[in-house]
Amino acid sequence: MLRLYVAGAAPNSLRAVTNARAICEGQSAPGFELEIVDVLKHPRRALADGVLVTPTLLRVSPLPTLKIVGSLSDKDQVLLMLVAK
Amino acid sequence: MENQSLYPAVTKTLTGIQGFDEITHGGLPRGGTTLIMGGPGCGKTVFALQSLVSGLERTKEAGIFVGFEESTRQIMGNAATFGWDLNALAKKKLYFFDARLSPESVKAGDFDLIGMLSLLRAKAEAMNARRIVFDGIDVLLGLLDDPVAERREIYRIRDWLAETGLTGIITQKVGGIEIDQRYNFLQFMVDCVVILRHQVVDGSAFRSLRVMKYRGSPFMGDEFPIMLTKEGMQLTHRGPTELKYAVTDERVSSGIPRLDSMLRGGYHRGSFVLISGSPGTAKSTLSGLFVAAACRRGERTLYVSFDEGAAQIVRNLRSVGIRLAPFQKSGLLKMYSTRTRGPNIEDQFSNLRAQVRAHRPRCLVIDPLSALSTKVAHIASADAAQQFLDFLKVEGITVVNTSLMDGISSNEETATGISTIADTWIHVSYVVQDGERNRALTIVKSRGTGHSNQVRELTLSNKGVDLTDVYAAQGRVLMGVARWEWEQGERAERKRTQVSNELKHLHLQLAQAEAAARLKVIQTEIEAREAEIAVLLEATGSASRLVKTDRAALRKLRHADEEVGRGRGLGAPVKNGVGGH
Repeated sequence: MLRLYVAGAAPNSLRAVTNARAICEGQSAPGFELEIVDVLKHPRRALADGVLVTPTLLRVSPLPTLKIVGSLSDKDQVLLMLVAK
Repeated sequence: MENQSLYPAVTKTLTGIQGFDEITHGGLPRGGTTLIMGGPGCGKTVFALQSLVSGLERTKEAGIFVGFEESTRQIMGNAATFGWDLNALAKKKLYFFDARLSPESVKAGDFDLIGMLSLLRAKAEAMNARRIVFDGIDVLLGLLDDPVAERREIYRIRDWLAETGLTGIITQKVGGIEIDQRYNFLQFMVDCVVILRHQVVDGSAFRSLRVMKYRGSPFMGDEFPIMLTKEGMQLTHRGPTELKYAVTDERVSSGIPRLDSMLRGGYHRGSFVLISGSPGTAKSTLSGLFVAAACRRGERTLYVSFDEGAAQIVRNLRSVGIRLAPFQKSGLLKMYSTRTRGPNIEDQFSNLRAQVRAHRPRCLVIDPLSALSTKVAHIASADAAQQFLDFLKVEGITVVNTSLMDGISSNEETATGISTIADTWIHVSYVVQDGERNRALTIVKSRGTGHSNQVRELTLSNKGVDLTDVYAAQGRVLMGVARWEWEQGERAERKRTQVSNELKHLHLQLAQAEAAARLKVIQTEIEAREAEIAVLLEATGSASRLVKTDRAALRKLRHADEEVGRGRGLGAPVKNGVGGH
């Protein structure tokens, strides 16, 4: 379960959305669900999760929680991190 | 002719940091951005936090503290040491935003602060905050690892601040040329730049603050020493710009009557006296005499000594006949010994000030003041020293300072500035002569007093201390044994002269008597001769009378005829029938 926090239509955030989707829909990804939360619209949710910088990708499950900050430009690297224990 | 300023007047908001609001003539630029730069541990966070908290007290403006480096708990813990009750404040007017990236975060790609800023804006509007601090922003932006991106984000913050109208404070760590170059642009973007420094000189910490830039406003750009006190940060109080204190003509004794007369009465009440000289030249003794004299007058006195215990000093003074123990017992005299190493100079003077306030002395000795002068290289110390001395002047305390100086001109006295401040300066030196060391005392200067410029010899014995005249003979100054010898010689010479004079007097008297006697003799002789002459005359007179008488008788006896016969030849005819022809 992944949660991506974005800041509206900011360039980094848009890139992150694209990249995150690509990772999730890719073959090597073991069925991650992606939820996209707009910080501008739902600030409290961001605070609750301790998210400040955008974009931030939160791996809610499997534990442990992982936060990846940034536009996720290096998709392979991100994938590696997501699947690692 | 109207006077128009180039810039519109900048509205300012107070920080509540003592001294800072003064040097900036009102505090930070309202609605603008201020950058606080400094190395680690310089007090950037303290400054930022204090301006929120104290500013809150003064202006009632709510504020947000965004911490990129420390946790909220850490920050509040630090604040608690300053006595700021943040818990109470946090409820209404102060919001702490923990903006640290959690350790498990990983960076993958470019990110920005858009989300955060929108969160903050929402919060600011909700609390009606007017100020915001971004503390340690370099921590976050450093992660970007891209100077272009960093710059972009900072611009973003600045624009955001302009939009929201919040007064912003950004703190940034500097250190290392690389970092400085990276963030160099920051200075040009913001409205106000404050630089904090923390140096360690000879083991003592010196903190300072400097306003480097303040757009649209005059400011005092000097580097000011700052203190972190129990209440927070403050610029070291410079004291009143106008030095007002009463001046008096009253004199206090130096402890040596001779010295008092050389100074035409003694030290001025409330003045500063400097006694300088090489080690062993009895500076402490002179201080002790001053103290003893003050105590005898019933005046409270404080003796501050550096690196020498009070008991030792009292014992040393006793050996020259100065007894301080009874005054200590009675409470008039307080001896305070401390070390020069250890606390930094501002703390030192703070302690001294506390001592003075507690004991309320009228007379004070600092022995030696030069112990602190090694620390006075830094501007902060010179300031602290100056303030302490100003404080003493205003209190009207008469102060005797001793200073270790080999010669009259030395760097030390200019470091403390005491030689220019001192109203009276006495120098004791050693004079080596004829195989002996003697102490010479001289008054280098004494303001407001005509003073003797002569050198005197300072003698110490178990009977006490004295100043004696030196002799200038044949172009040499004589002291000690040489002086004694010379004195003896002088005395003998005087005696000889006296005796010789008396003798002469006697001789003359004799001669006079003789002459008088001779005169008498001659007079007697004269009288005698006169008498002889008289006798002679008498005899001569009678003799001629006799001759006349005889001649007449004789003629008578001879016939008168002969006389007549002869006619006129014999004289006048005898007409009278005298004689019986």
